[in-house]
Amino acid sequence: MTLQSSGQETINLQGNHACALGAVAAGCRFYAGYPITPSSEVAERLAKELPKVGGVFLQMEDEIASIAATLGASMGGVKAMTATSGPGFSLKQENLGYGMGAEIPCVVVNVMRGGPSTGMPTRPAQGDLMQARWGTHGDHPVIALTPGSVEEIYQQTARAFALSEKLRIPVIVLFDESLGHLVETVALPDVTDYEKTVRKWATGKPEDYKPYKADKDGVPPMARPGDGYRVHTTGLTVDESGWPTQKSAEVEPVMKRLLGKVALNNDLVESFEDMDCEDAEVVVVALGVVGRAARKAVRELRASGVKAGLFRPITLWPFPTKSFRKLTKKAKHFVVAEMNAGQLILEIGAAKTGRQSVTGLNRFDGVPISPSQIKQSVKEVLGHE
Amino acid sequence: MNKQVAISAENNEAGNSEIRDFEIRDYLRLDMFPHFMCPGCGHGIALRALLWAIHSQGIEKDKLAIVSGIGCSGRVGSYIDANTYHTTHGRPLAFATGLKMARPDLHVVVITGDGDCLAIGGNHLIHAARRNLDITCLMLNNEIYGMTGGQVSPTTPHDRFTTTTPAGNKEPVFDASRLAEAAGAGFVGREITIHLPRLRDLIAEGLAYNGFSFIEVMSDCTEVNGRKNDLGSSPEMVLGQTRTMRPSEYDNNVVDHPFRPNTMNTGVFVRSDRPEYGATYRNMVDEIQALQQKGQK
Repeated sequence: MTLQSSGQETINLQGNHACALGAVAAGCRFYAGYPITPSSEVAERLAKELPKVGGVFLQMEDEIASIAATLGASMGGVKAMTATSGPGFSLKQENLGYGMGAEIPCVVVNVMRGGPSTGMPTRPAQGDLMQARWGTHGDHPVIALTPGSVEEIYQQTARAFALSEKLRIPVIVLFDESLGHLVETVALPDVTDYEKTVRKWATGKPEDYKPYKADKDGVPPMARPGDGYRVHTTGLTVDESGWPTQKSAEVEPVMKRLLGKVALNNDLVESFEDMDCEDAEVVVVALGVVGRAARKAVRELRASGVKAGLFRPITLWPFPTKSFRKLTKKAKHFVVAEMNAGQLILEIGAAKTGRQSVTGLNRFDGVPISPSQIKQSVKEVLGHE
Repeated sequence: MNKQVAISAENNEAGNSEIRDFEIRDYLRLDMFPHFMCPGCGHGIALRALLWAIHSQGIEKDKLAIVSGIGCSGRVGSYIDANTYHTTHGRPLAFATGLKMARPDLHVVVITGDGDCLAIGGNHLIHAARRNLDITCLMLNNEIYGMTGGQVSPTTPHDRFTTTTPAGNKEPVFDASRLAEAAGAGFVGREITIHLPRLRDLIAEGLAYNGFSFIEVMSDCTEVNGRKNDLGSSPEMVLGQTRTMRPSEYDNNVVDHPFRPNTMNTGVFVRSDRPEYGATYRNMVDEIQALQQKGQK
């Protein structure tokens, strides 16, 4: 179904389908997944779309096999993705770490539902924010994007591929059940630049090539099998030449480079929405679907004379700390609204520089936070009921 | 069950004459040496047999992808001068599935072990066998978790002492080849390391087979299995293989316990013409794309 509005073509699209289409538009040609509510529509749409563009769709035997196959395809040089929800995201953690350590690009989508454990499969939640940051063992770099609308799911999924290719890192896309199943009228944004972004392939003489010797951007070019480089890839800690090592003098520079490569490319990675932050007395921090409620709340508060603002991270990890500090210098209070028992609030507590109060507004009962709840919270913080 | 085809003794003689054509150093990363394997370990023989088979099949090193998991078997692939992927515990078949589907031009060989393939990765084995994607899976069965110091594995024989079965193993064992066959692997065979040319030929046939080929290599762990159980010196252990393994009609193998064969057979157990999954998938894609073009016209 298509509508015409102001010359731009719009379509009615579900969030999970937008994720699938954004992936294909960004050049994704491999998907491996396992059915899980509420993310299954991502797989179902890709099962239809990928063969049309000559891509591979695989329904694997389990969640672990899905991410393993995704990484395997990417090692072969193809843009690859897997999608899941909480329980599946837990199962994928070990191999997610393999991708981060061995620096294999891919996109991992987590359509969050209520937890812990099987939780509330058909209800929204934002309970996996910290898992996205710290879920896999050991120190590791991470990028996690948190789109807040159907259109943004399309765009950020496509962007996830570009960041993943550019920085040789698995990129996590987090949204929740309500956005995954939300149908909106959207104009699909142009993602040609993301499609064009592909990883740096090794060039030059194979004998001179060192698989983990990085360029100035902190990212080593990758060798494609068949191109003559015959490289060793492993989850063990390696030196620049890719051979396993446990010598501290060799480990330290490689680990420092690995852990620092995302920060080195912060201009590329950082993204957020800010509304009326600069003169705000109270800044509401919220992401994903809660960001939408917060936008409405802030608009209405402003209309009634309350100096409120909104900071909505789109790149959740690494958290845009510097920009957040700069924009919220004048704030006296933070209200952190999130659909969990308090995860983003930990980061805000660490990111704030002054003596601002930090108040959490939390729901973990499977229901999104409403604009009126946020308004109420802001008023309470300001002391006028 | 497909009929076993006995591998003739002629191969042994042919093998001797072919030794001269095969230079193992051409296929090794000598700068990774010395290797980590213990003296007497059967994995080195398996590695030699694999490289010899690769040589005999004329497979280019650039087009060869070796995918392995974790454990002693997982480290074997590192020494091969090819595109080598040392992945996570139990998952090499899943990694290999993605790699092969994305890059059908590569020869994908998985090197795995009895713990990697049958315990933590058991689910991936049965589904890889079911799919019948063109991957050669070499399972090095040394009946023990060697890398972690000698714990019981799904193929540790009954009453065998390990660090986690101090009173002897009381659990029944897997017959890996039968498992692969039951799950649908297009090519299944088992061989012992003492018969190097036979092992080479079995692997070569697996490499040539268009589909999922499962090759179980009975490999000796002299250190944490052999010594603990008084199985003798390395040569004694290798010679001992001929007492418990024999080439015979698989169908006629009558055992006292279905999960604990006293005598295991060697040879090719399955050679089927089941469709290879990669080609089947690509045919489907071609049809879908043709229909699409029709629709667009």
